Amino acid sequence: MRPLLSALALAVSGVMVGLVAALAAGAAGSLTPGFLFTLPAAAGREGGILSVVLSTLWLAAGALALALPLGIGTALYLVEYAPPGRLVGLIRTLTETLAGVPSILFGLFGFSVFVVRLGWGPSLLAGSATLALMLLPTVIRTSEEAVAAVPQELREGAAALGATRWDAVRRIVLPQAAPGILTGALLALGRAVGETAAVLLTAGTDLALPRSPLDPGRPMAVHLYILAGEGLSDGRAHATAVALVCGVLFVNALAHMLLGGRRVP
Amino acid sequence: MDVRDRLARTVLGAAAAVASAGVLLIALAVTVEGWPALPHLFGAVWSPEDGQYGVLPLLAGSALVTLGSLAMAVPAGIGMGLFLSDVATPRLAAVVKPVLQGMAAVPSVVFGFLGLKLIVPWISRTFGGLGFSLLAGCLVLALMVLPTIAAVAEDALRAVDPALREGAYALGATPGQVAWRLLLPAAKSGLTAAVVLALGRALGETMAVLMVLGNAAAVPRSPLDPARTLTGNIALEMAYATGRHREALFASGALLLLVNLAVTQVARRAAGGRGVR
Repeated sequence: MRPLLSALALAVSGVMVGLVAALAAGAAGSLTPGFLFTLPAAAGREGGILSVVLSTLWLAAGALALALPLGIGTALYLVEYAPPGRLVGLIRTLTETLAGVPSILFGLFGFSVFVVRLGWGPSLLAGSATLALMLLPTVIRTSEEAVAAVPQELREGAAALGATRWDAVRRIVLPQAAPGILTGALLALGRAVGETAAVLLTAGTDLALPRSPLDPGRPMAVHLYILAGEGLSDGRAHATAVALVCGVLFVNALAHMLLGGRRVP
Repeated sequence: MDVRDRLARTVLGAAAAVASAGVLLIALAVTVEGWPALPHLFGAVWSPEDGQYGVLPLLAGSALVTLGSLAMAVPAGIGMGLFLSDVATPRLAAVVKPVLQGMAAVPSVVFGFLGLKLIVPWISRTFGGLGFSLLAGCLVLALMVLPTIAAVAEDALRAVDPALREGAYALGATPGQVAWRLLLPAAKSGLTAAVVLALGRALGETMAVLMVLGNAAAVPRSPLDPARTLTGNIALEMAYATGRHREALFASGALLLLVNLAVTQVARRAAGGRGVR
């Protein structure tokens, strides 16, 4: 059995390394520093991906700006304020169900509500709002775990010194839970940067440099999908894929460093 | 109670209310938008040009690609979990685990792109045809869900009491007997949880399979036939759909949500009520 499982592990690791190597080989020659800092031209056949990278960053920043306050707030409510009983269970069931919703459904929802009904059109704002909803379960789960891990004695000590619950949360619980919350934020960031289906329907596919949150933008994942799907430029598709994977793996490696060997919650 | 404390409770409670409403709002939005087209979904032909919105071929595509990928990824994933928990030395595990973690983090569109560049041409060379096929979709999806299964399976296997292992070895059991007769049955609920998690992800995946399936909206008759999933269909057609066509896409989204929730709930029950994280 041992040789069999070792062979399996070798095969799986080999396939993964092979895939990355193939990706890198395809990007050789196309992925230069200039590629990242040049605007695309001729629908992406020429030029670089500057506007695409910036759209990705704006979308992810907007999504985190919405998801972090809501997610951390929910976690604090669950651990610190919610009356024990059915309410906590209900909130938890609903947010965990949200975690299992396929990403294309977030896209449909964002398209229906943000793009059409609220009249934002295909835009960075609509894309960020859609992504934020998708990231919420990750942020809530990691924050809740971090907040719950703060020792109860610290809260009791604060209360004994006359601090209100909010004072204890703000001055003691939040700083203690910060590394755990940051891990969740990084995991969410990684997902936001790599997501395609949800933003494809909400953020538009415009290649121009976005100048306001109501402008459409094309993130890297969507750019890769379009370049590959329409066969526009093989080298540029590979280069975009490598840049995207490097970004996501970097953010994820940071998160795993903070987790220190524990599994992603 | 302090005023600021009461304010904090209200604000945080409002955040929790918004977060909880999310899944309900999604269900409501797709149902409302798709409602008028709902009766038109029960058909065997998806052909918007002719006003036919039968989801049978899409449902078949989703089901086949999901089952096919799990048939490959479940044995391999559980094998990887077993390798990490019981076979690998700590040093070896420290090399293999980051590879799996990295694999889990790679965006699905990149898996689709790799499938398009490597797996599709390979299938075309080996079996003939264009290569865009159910088989390509299953292979890409299997690679994507494997790390999830491996990670959850490893945790479940590690949680089996070491005394049981030691007892079995003391009685002269071989590593194969320990794995097959002791570890896998003892970790059954955790392993089922791993499969449930992978099932949900596979059913809901859009981009990776969209890029390699070939997307013909017909029930595939062999693994080498093209196929189209419910998810991929929405991503492909939403950009230009109007009127009844758009309603049908929303209705198919509502159906996807329903199937997804039902399948994961049923599987979760089968796992013995154990929570899936």
